[in-house]
Amino acid sequence: MPKETLDSVIDSIEVESIGEGPPPPIPEPPFGPDDDDDGDFMDSQMNNAYVGMVLFIGAEVMLFAGLIGAFLLFRFGSAVWPPPFQPRLPVFVTGINTAILLLSGYTMHQALRAIQSRNYQQLANKLLITACLGLTFLVIQGYEWVRLIRFGLTPSSGVYGSTFYVLIGTHGTHVLGAVIWLLILLFRVRRRTNSPDRLYFMTRHYIGVKICGMYWYFVVALWPVLYTLVYLS
Amino acid sequence: MSESRAAKGTHEVHEAHAHLGFVRTYIFSTDHKMIGRQFLFMGLFMLIIGGLMAMLIRWELAFPEKPLPVIGASKEFIDTGEPKTSMDQTWAEWLSKPESEQNWLTKNMPMGAITAPLYNSLFTMHATLMIFFVVMPIMVGGFGNFLIPLTIGARDMAFPTLNMLSFWVGLLSGIIMLASLFVPGGSAAAGWTSYAPLTAKVEYTGVNWGQNLWCISLIVMGISSLMGSINYITTIINMRAPGMTFFRMPLITWSLFITAILLLLALPVLTSALAMLLFDRMLGTHFFLPEGGGEPILWQHLFWFFGHPEVYILVLPAMGVTSEVLSVFSRKPIFGYRGMVFAMTAIAFLSWVVWGHHMFVSGMNPLIGTTFMMTTMVIAVPSAIKTFNWLGTLWGGSIRFTTPMLFGLAFVSNFVIGGLSGIFMASTPVDIFIHDTYYIVAHFHYVVAGIIFAIFAAITYWFPKMFGRMMNETLGKIHAILTFIFFNATFFPMHILGVGGHMRRIFNPLQYEFLHPLQPVNVFISISAFCLGVAQLIFLFNFVWSLFAGKRADRNPWHANTLEWITPSPPPHGNFDKIPTVYRGPYEYSSPEVAEDWLPQDRRLETTTAKGAH
Ligand code: HEM
Ligand SMILES: [Cu+2]
Repeated sequence: MPKETLDSVIDSIEVESIGEGPPPPIPEPPFGPDDDDDGDFMDSQMNNAYVGMVLFIGAEVMLFAGLIGAFLLFRFGSAVWPPPFQPRLPVFVTGINTAILLLSGYTMHQALRAIQSRNYQQLANKLLITACLGLTFLVIQGYEWVRLIRFGLTPSSGVYGSTFYVLIGTHGTHVLGAVIWLLILLFRVRRRTNSPDRLYFMTRHYIGVKICGMYWYFVVALWPVLYTLVYLS
Repeated sequence: MSESRAAKGTHEVHEAHAHLGFVRTYIFSTDHKMIGRQFLFMGLFMLIIGGLMAMLIRWELAFPEKPLPVIGASKEFIDTGEPKTSMDQTWAEWLSKPESEQNWLTKNMPMGAITAPLYNSLFTMHATLMIFFVVMPIMVGGFGNFLIPLTIGARDMAFPTLNMLSFWVGLLSGIIMLASLFVPGGSAAAGWTSYAPLTAKVEYTGVNWGQNLWCISLIVMGISSLMGSINYITTIINMRAPGMTFFRMPLITWSLFITAILLLLALPVLTSALAMLLFDRMLGTHFFLPEGGGEPILWQHLFWFFGHPEVYILVLPAMGVTSEVLSVFSRKPIFGYRGMVFAMTAIAFLSWVVWGHHMFVSGMNPLIGTTFMMTTMVIAVPSAIKTFNWLGTLWGGSIRFTTPMLFGLAFVSNFVIGGLSGIFMASTPVDIFIHDTYYIVAHFHYVVAGIIFAIFAAITYWFPKMFGRMMNETLGKIHAILTFIFFNATFFPMHILGVGGHMRRIFNPLQYEFLHPLQPVNVFISISAFCLGVAQLIFLFNFVWSLFAGKRADRNPWHANTLEWITPSPPPHGNFDKIPTVYRGPYEYSSPEVAEDWLPQDRRLETTTAKGAH
């Protein structure tokens, strides 16, 4: 096996999930635990990294639950919303942006499918498209923020601005994090596609892509909820 | 994990890790046992600091605004200005310097007398340290790390590197918290609950970076505990040894599992609230400030939505420890094993729907208040189930009064008192009267400070496994008995103060005419508290001395069943020579099937098979 040089956080997660955890369900079949669970111990294991990512997403949901709870309190606690003399949010542009993000969820789905059919070129392409869509989303969001600030909606201009920037900003930060993660993965996948050691990639990096995909689904799925609450309600 | 893989694992483990070097073994270690010990030491260190703060608080309440003994100035010096003792001279010298060169002591306790701002800062930081940097690191970080892989028969945690990061991030947050004591303006001083709007604006208190660092430190701590809890849950779900079904796990492991789930879901809510508070303070948002349309009560809701699960995060591992110790030293199976598990699960669920009981007097729709009152009383039911099961375990057992057992018994009896006072406060009409009095302080010290008994039980019980040596039993028993006596002498009279109307978080009780008759009680409490503090020196000595000179421990000094006791003391890297196969539950004591009165989980009997044993 080639010696790994890139030492990133993702790498360590993968190493651990294979090194110390239960045997990964690879090479065949690469997806999920096998289903012959007879109710006995240890037969039905999921990979550590999947479990860890599910738990992490659970914690993230609670983080957003706190922020959304605060938003709902203000939203339904006030008679007029948005409060008078505050700029209106760009519903239409953000609607298009929502579509862009949802599309990126679909391309991520295709990327994960590509792993299954062992089509690395496809995998690299789809990851790239996903990352670009994510970046586009962020750029449009940033542009709209600049406009809103010009119109006088700032974090310190009352709870309307406070909830808007904190809630949407926290989501944006998450998208940014996910895009960076995606780009790192992409970089590594591209290196692999040129190398003959494809099976190595299969066993070693498949999990990284899969859990990154899970996280991506999370940030994508969260957005329509936020859009509905913050922009439409 | 398959046998072949496990066997191969051993080989690799020994070869790869035999010579890891000092730094990788003791400092940046990824071994769950070393990380557990690191958390333990961090927690004990913070316990000393938090304990000293408590002593200062008690001094102030018993002898308000009097200089401290030893480091304070003499009465003559304060009255006449004539330095008498050498300390007087030092104070005179320090105080004569210009404002800019004054040191921390002259600013916060001139002449050695605690000032009101320092007092606020002391009770805030005392509680914060005890909750987040003593009980959580020791119980969840320390024993959670040490015990989870050992009791389920795994070689390490699911994510060892994440585990190491969790400790270092945790330490960083501890350092930030301690550093906040020394910033200009002083540390956070609005209580560990940091109620807004007091905390939401610098102008209201003058505390600036102290409160900011408090928020930042707890956010960082949240990241650390997030990494920890993901690790614990994954490990327990995925890495149990063959035969270790969920219902064969020891109750300590169950309690840590449930605690980890609560941690995972509760702390992010605190993080969101802390972030909003920080934005209010630093970016000018208005979440908790009415002048911008914000809502101070929102802070209370978010804080207690986290806060009540948090108190169970603190107490569940203590309950787990107690279950282990009581069963082992009664030489009897735990009474109602599944009942215990279901009780803990019920507590975990209910703890999400009771937070309003902290807000009965914050202004609440009476209907909602009543609902919270009912749910709160319901949570007493599983707590009572646990208590009765402990009593059932003791009943008819051949009890061995070892040090851990004494602490376990002490925990149960204190928990009963704290649980009962909880019921009183849970009923809204009563709580209106006792809210924010010393009655509350008495209640939560019986439950939360009572956890210290479970911590001592855990340390004395697992010390042989952690450090390979026994602690001294005689010293241990003296410490246990003295701690129990002085603990009760300290905290029980607080109920009386509370019913008498003594408010909590006051600097000088003598400012209130109606509290004068109660002042002797305060003095009694403080003297008991000092004795309690001094009694801990016995433990400190015993701990340090046993670390280096205690009797060598063999594998299973207490004749216990659970898997950690089949490993060498202390267990090597990789824990088990061979991953054990588990044949039965953890509490088969005094079983008629074998001659000895214990039956380890991994011992195969001729009459049973791996699948048939239940
Ligand atoms: C039998 C179950 C329990 C009941 C019914 C109960 C009830 C209550 C109530 C109603 C309060 C609010 C009192 C007030 O502020 O007016 C309270 C406060 C508190 N309880 Fe409990 N409790 C129970 C168990 C516990 C346990 C097991 C712990 C911790 C391990 C705990 C820790 C605390 C703490 C720390 C506070 C004070 C918080 C503060 O204001 O600083 N309680 N409890
Ligand atoms: Cu509570």
